[in-house]
Amino acid sequence: MNIVIIGGGPAGSEAAYRLAGEGYTVDLVEKENSIGGNLNNWYQLFPDRKPASEVVQGLQQHLNHPGITLHIDTEAIGITESAPGKFSVKLSNNTVLHSAAVLLATGYKLFDAGRKEEYGYGIYKRVITSAELENLFTNHSLATVYGDTPQRIGFIHCVGSRDEKICNYHCSKLCCITAIKQAIEVREMLPEAEIFCFYMDMRMFGPGYEELYREAQEQHNIKFIRGRLSEAAENINGQVVIKVEDTLVGKPLRMSLDLMVLMVGMEAAAGSGTLAGSVQIPLYPNGFIRPADPHTGTNLTARPGIFTAGSCTSPMNLTDTLTDARSAAWQIKKWLTGPDKQ
Amino acid sequence: MPTLWGYSISAARSIDYDKNDPLFRRWLAIASPSSQLCIGCGGCTAACSAGNLTEFNIRRLQMLVKRGESRETAEQLHKCMLCGKCLLVCPRGVDTRQMILSMKRFLREHDQ
Amino acid sequence: MELTGKERIWNEYQKEIAGDNYFYARSCIRQTFFPGSEWAYLDILRNKLNKQVTEDPRHTTCTGIGYHTDVVPAETTMTVVARHFALMTEAGCENMTPSCVTSFGLYTEILETWKHHPEIEEKIREFLWKSTKREFKKPANLAHTSDIIYKFRNEIAALAPHRLQDVHTGRPLRGVDHIGCHYAKMFPAQGIGGAEFPAVLSGLIQAWGGETVDYPERRHCCGFGFRNYLVMANRGFSVANSKKKFESMQAYEPDFIVANCPGCAMFLDKWQYTLSEMEGVTYGPNGFGIPVFTYEELTALVLGYDPWEIGLQMHQVAVEPFLDKIGIAYDPAAKYLNSRGEPMGQPACPTYMKVIK
Repeated sequence: MNIVIIGGGPAGSEAAYRLAGEGYTVDLVEKENSIGGNLNNWYQLFPDRKPASEVVQGLQQHLNHPGITLHIDTEAIGITESAPGKFSVKLSNNTVLHSAAVLLATGYKLFDAGRKEEYGYGIYKRVITSAELENLFTNHSLATVYGDTPQRIGFIHCVGSRDEKICNYHCSKLCCITAIKQAIEVREMLPEAEIFCFYMDMRMFGPGYEELYREAQEQHNIKFIRGRLSEAAENINGQVVIKVEDTLVGKPLRMSLDLMVLMVGMEAAAGSGTLAGSVQIPLYPNGFIRPADPHTGTNLTARPGIFTAGSCTSPMNLTDTLTDARSAAWQIKKWLTGPDKQ
Repeated sequence: MPTLWGYSISAARSIDYDKNDPLFRRWLAIASPSSQLCIGCGGCTAACSAGNLTEFNIRRLQMLVKRGESRETAEQLHKCMLCGKCLLVCPRGVDTRQMILSMKRFLREHDQ
Repeated sequence: MELTGKERIWNEYQKEIAGDNYFYARSCIRQTFFPGSEWAYLDILRNKLNKQVTEDPRHTTCTGIGYHTDVVPAETTMTVVARHFALMTEAGCENMTPSCVTSFGLYTEILETWKHHPEIEEKIREFLWKSTKREFKKPANLAHTSDIIYKFRNEIAALAPHRLQDVHTGRPLRGVDHIGCHYAKMFPAQGIGGAEFPAVLSGLIQAWGGETVDYPERRHCCGFGFRNYLVMANRGFSVANSKKKFESMQAYEPDFIVANCPGCAMFLDKWQYTLSEMEGVTYGPNGFGIPVFTYEELTALVLGYDPWEIGLQMHQVAVEPFLDKIGIAYDPAAKYLNSRGEPMGQPACPTYMKVIK
């Protein structure tokens, strides 16, 4: 029996590999020209600093399975259910894939930092996003666009998250630990620099995360100031001047930065809404796909036969994404071998 | 000339990190490395003998020093009774007693 | 700084501005502090740009000052504004153009309130009818008068004999734009360029050959704040805001400041004197202050109006260094003569800040 998986990021790739291993034929549809999704933009992973490329390579090798057909540069446009449990997935190249189950693994997209106008992204050249910093790590240079080496670096947490003003109430969950990982990487490259994290809460939910936070303070002299950035401006030297309240001291605080890194949050990928909408699967108000039940019905949706895996349902780290994908594979197998199936 | 004008110009309340003297905070980081581990939970202040009777807030005072503001610390630090209760409660293992003694030493050596 | 990034934001904040047939609502205080501004605006629109502008002497305060100091209830304010709309309707106009930024903000706030609460609009219509027997239509278009100048900035540039450049060196003059808080901070979508990188005045400066200064405290309030400045005991906090701005902009050596809010222009001009008397500081070169203009005055100057005819002798900070830079001819002896050529008295010299007698 055939399964269509939409999205070739970690969730889709992992699920494809697991289902192929169970003897199913899988069509894996990826809109970009390679698999790996957002992982391709990351240099190293928290908390163990594994190169992201290693993980992508592992996923890629697993896809060399005779049961898996990879459709790159191809977008899934819509899903229809022709008869109960019989799905047709229309692709951007006008072909139609038929399947007995569909797995949505459409992932997330990074918040467009330009929407927080007052932070000056796209205007002040010393303001970059966390994804752009990963790119600097890949190139082993932290030189700013002006060519200088930054002496004071600030990480701004919660950009595009927990912010009614840009219609995102949710916490993106990973940015805190990403900031800590990146701050440590910056410290290793710039032993003399002053490095700050400006946070609202430190949400160290995963194994080893709180320990890494402690390590950042204890061994890497990363300073943490609790306060949300209100606005950034540029001074006559071209540095970024920031205004926050140091909420633990109870005073407004201003300082100039040579490099300001915006920890951009996660938003639902545009494809999630379109595909879920085509089969009337409800979304959360923030655009992520709503599972059948938040406790007992994860990987399941309101429409039997259509499943989810990974960060199309909520911000999720890589560990949980891969676990979720394996869980989805099991749910799909259960669906395809259930008592009402031949 | 507040008498002529009826008012005087308010001084800025904000911490100007660029202009503040970094000496004390740099010194503290070396003299009391465990102070770097503070996460601002306030356990020390909740337990503090002096803090329950006066404005003394050790959590805030050491944070002010880290931002380059030492005036309040210089005014307040003598209120500490060195009872050591803060040391017992700190979840991050900050050696608070040693940190306070270090700060007192710095202030003494710099006539503050 | 990446200008294209700003232009992206500016493109997102464009608003519909009517092209002709304006109903003009004067400011309570602009005429007192900068007496030539509103006259110059009307003269430019009517006689240089050939636009129809109607005003009505029965037009009153919008009560914005009272509203923002908590002495006038919201229903009263709304009824007074409803009467303004009635005067506009009776004059056969539908494009409302207030001169005051606070009036503009208040009109916007009231129209927005009515949009979400039609029952409040209904109640206010009833109040207005009971008290004045008037009825009104809501404005089809609401724009601040600085929006109107912005709309015609290129037409004005084509008519202007002067550019915002140093005639001796060709250097573009550096202008600080200051936008009144009530212009866009309450409703960013109603301001050209939004609230963070407003373009309504910087657009004028650039269209007329100058350079804008983007300094760290550009978005900061001037400190006017009604209830703060009106109470003497609070003024120290109020003035400190202007001081913060001057200190922040001083490094850029601006040639002038232009503001679109009557209170801001007054504050930024007069408080330079206050700060010089209280602290001995001046923010311009050689003991002078930084000249401050309303956008109407700046428009009039590039269009070649006589500086004394548009009331520049009423400024606290000397404007002559600016006039000399852009090559505007003026008669120094006529500065303190009234329209009949009689001396009208001269202000005393400040202790520290240089002025030209």
